[in-house]
Amino acid sequence: MSDSPVTAIDMNQETDVLVHDSHNVDPNKPLVEIRDLAIGFTTQGGVVEALKGVSFDIFPGETVAIVGESGSGKSTTAHGIINLLPENGKITGGSVKFEGKDLATAKKADLYKVRGRDIGFVPQDPMSNLNPVWSVGFQVREAVKANGLATNKKDVNARAIEVLKEAGLADAERRMAQYPHQFSGGMRQRVLIGIGLAANPKLLIADEPTSALDVTVQRVILDHLEALTRERNTALLLITHDLGLAAERATKLIVMYQGKIVEAGPSLKILQSPQHPYTKRLIASAPSLASQRISGTHVDHVGGKEAGIDVADLAAKHERAKADQAATPVVEVKDLTKIYSIRKGNFKSEPLRAVDNISFRIPKGRTLALVGESGSGKTTAAKMVLGLEKPTSGDIFLDGTNLAGASRSELFKVRRKMQPVFQDPYGSLDPQRSIGAIISEPLKVHKVGDSASREARIKELLEQVSLPTAVAKRYPNELSGGQRQRVAIARALALKPEIVVLDEAVSALDVLVQAQILQLLADLQSELDLTYLFITHDLAVVRVVADEIAVMEQGKIVESGTADDIFSNAQTEYTQKLLEAIPGAGIEWGDVE
Amino acid sequence: MLTYILRRVLQAIPVFFGTTFLIYFMVFAMPGDPIAGLFGDKTPNPAVADALRAQFNLDQPFIMQYLLYMKDFFTGNLGVTFSGQQVSDVLARAFPVTLKLVLMAVVLEFILSVVIGLISGLRKGKFFDNISLVVALVLSSVPVFVAMFVAQYFVGIKWGLAPVTVGADTTWGAMFLPAAVIALTVYVTGMRLMRGSVIESRQADYVRTAYAKGLTHKRIVPVHIARNSLIPVITNTAASFGALIAGTTVTEGIFNIPGIGQVLYQAITQSEVPTVVTFVTILTVIYVIVNILVDLLYAVLDPRIRYV
Repeated sequence: MSDSPVTAIDMNQETDVLVHDSHNVDPNKPLVEIRDLAIGFTTQGGVVEALKGVSFDIFPGETVAIVGESGSGKSTTAHGIINLLPENGKITGGSVKFEGKDLATAKKADLYKVRGRDIGFVPQDPMSNLNPVWSVGFQVREAVKANGLATNKKDVNARAIEVLKEAGLADAERRMAQYPHQFSGGMRQRVLIGIGLAANPKLLIADEPTSALDVTVQRVILDHLEALTRERNTALLLITHDLGLAAERATKLIVMYQGKIVEAGPSLKILQSPQHPYTKRLIASAPSLASQRISGTHVDHVGGKEAGIDVADLAAKHERAKADQAATPVVEVKDLTKIYSIRKGNFKSEPLRAVDNISFRIPKGRTLALVGESGSGKTTAAKMVLGLEKPTSGDIFLDGTNLAGASRSELFKVRRKMQPVFQDPYGSLDPQRSIGAIISEPLKVHKVGDSASREARIKELLEQVSLPTAVAKRYPNELSGGQRQRVAIARALALKPEIVVLDEAVSALDVLVQAQILQLLADLQSELDLTYLFITHDLAVVRVVADEIAVMEQGKIVESGTADDIFSNAQTEYTQKLLEAIPGAGIEWGDVE
Repeated sequence: MLTYILRRVLQAIPVFFGTTFLIYFMVFAMPGDPIAGLFGDKTPNPAVADALRAQFNLDQPFIMQYLLYMKDFFTGNLGVTFSGQQVSDVLARAFPVTLKLVLMAVVLEFILSVVIGLISGLRKGKFFDNISLVVALVLSSVPVFVAMFVAQYFVGIKWGLAPVTVGADTTWGAMFLPAAVIALTVYVTGMRLMRGSVIESRQADYVRTAYAKGLTHKRIVPVHIARNSLIPVITNTAASFGALIAGTTVTEGIFNIPGIGQVLYQAITQSEVPTVVTFVTILTVIYVIVNILVDLLYAVLDPRIRYV
């Protein structure tokens, strides 16, 4: 594949007609030329090469996307361009030429001039990238002043308001004095985009600018970013793990794997006819609307298919579906409501209906996906089902037992039947305990078996989640995110539960790992006849896991039905909006089977 | 905000009564007869002793003594010491001296903590950081009184840079040496706290974003790194303010400073209940006020903290 620079002159010519060029630059001369860039990180075990011989060009006004999983070096490349690597990181070779100047060897003072003024930067996490102790206005004014856009107080302030307005913050004047914590995630990202574009830079580097946001917000922000960069002919380097998003937004795509560029070229071409095996795998694993429900069959593995379907299995499923209608549901939720009171000061409070009168049922062995944006109440609902949060009113039946009136000891018994897997595989495992201890803890708590039988059960569980049994002696920090999530699943399965509540259980994982975990969940479901309550904001994931879907908005279930019905025929505007917001929804993906 | 302050002040009321009661009880329960102690080796005339007992309410049962004391306290009569001075006069003389000493020590401690902690944090693992750790360890392992004698010997006697003892001359300059010694023996905790939070905030995402905005190192260090690291240091300094006011007895003894430490020491050895209780009560009130002020300062330092 090509480690050689990619030229995308043909792409440029299309866009040139549309834009008025605000930067006096030659459109046929690359703005950024990266050649053989190598970056190393000093660790206890010596220098680790994170980036090896990366070369590519960015032309004026062009949008280039770098795609890859975490650890592939895509963020390191972005930070390397403006020399903002972590303290133990260093450029060990190659050059980053920006308008002919090599930034890799530039002096600090020269870098200060380029950063912000010529190259803007929009970071990944809007929550942690604004200083919490300074007002938003202060932080924007600071950028305006540093880049010499205005000097006297009045002009600086006026320009700062303008910057925020351009970034889509309508009531900027009023919000200048507010602090970051008073802004929503989407609003903060607008502030960061505003800061990045404040000095009208020639290149904007956006490092996963929307991965921390809801799909619908993501769409709005990206549309806005695209409009702004097109209007000003700003080149955009977009770093993302989301192939669909990259293909939708960028003219040129660079696929990175283990610190190297494995494939590069025009976006659609890569998506439709990928050449490198890694790209093919990426495309095959990315869940999209066109995907099918993953079925838990072991036969599929032999053929190397990760998410295939076969006719016999489908038929069996239809049989099962018929039988289900007669069976009593394992989980049944009736008129569930949770009201929080929010303090308003002056001893007053206001009720917030986090979950508002919802009802659903999950038949045995099936998956119900609870879908919605953040704040829609889906996690609160899951917490109540798990008994971690007390409902304000309504009933939850598990196998016919009503949790609402259950005593402590009854609840304790019920918990055996129902286990959670949480979103963050880094936060949900105790770093001080070995994997074996983590998995066997539920057994100890519920006094199941003796130490020998628990030992055996740990082994069995690790095998079930396809981890080597030697892992039992290791600690969470020695495992990757995917392995940790397998451990979390093993822990959930330890007590042989009937129901597993998966709260955004795959959202923090890379696509390839995500596909493996989803397959594992499907296998376990068919093997152990598990019932899943799957909480997620990602509709593409829902497509491959859910039998039934309930869409939540502001605490209410606004639409529910079978997965096929919802995806083919969404009734409410809200669901349609969610479906449309999935990146890459309108793109025809290559068939790589 | 106002509700919060009101609540904190109301919370201070039980603290006030609790401490005064406890202190009163402890001094009362101390062995020995304070009146007999007053006369040293001589046996007092029973009539005189009784008169003195009546004057200091020592003939009343404990609870009555406490209530009578409280009544006097709130009517502005802080009582009389055994030597016949008004407690309020003694307080007015001794208190400003100690306050001056501790204020100076705390300001010095804060400056040392912030400056050395900041540089150490920015140069983690480098020469300055290592040296500052060794120096800090040495200073904090030396007992206060040893450090004071060493300072008196070298700075006061050998080099003649500062008066050896303070005595009646309680100016800022005269008390600089003891204040500096106190600061040097207590700044370590604050310095290490500052260093730790500097290391943390130096790697924060918003610092990287600040560089990406085009800001220089010179601006980022004070505005985005030091500013964000101050909260733990301020908490620590405030806590040490209270501890130092109550703990100046040794310093005041060695440097012969006529502050509350000395007065309190004498009052305790002579079981002078009103003097001890009044002083401790004032200390408690100061402690509570300082803590409320610090909690309010948090909101200034970190806008995410709100009081409801």
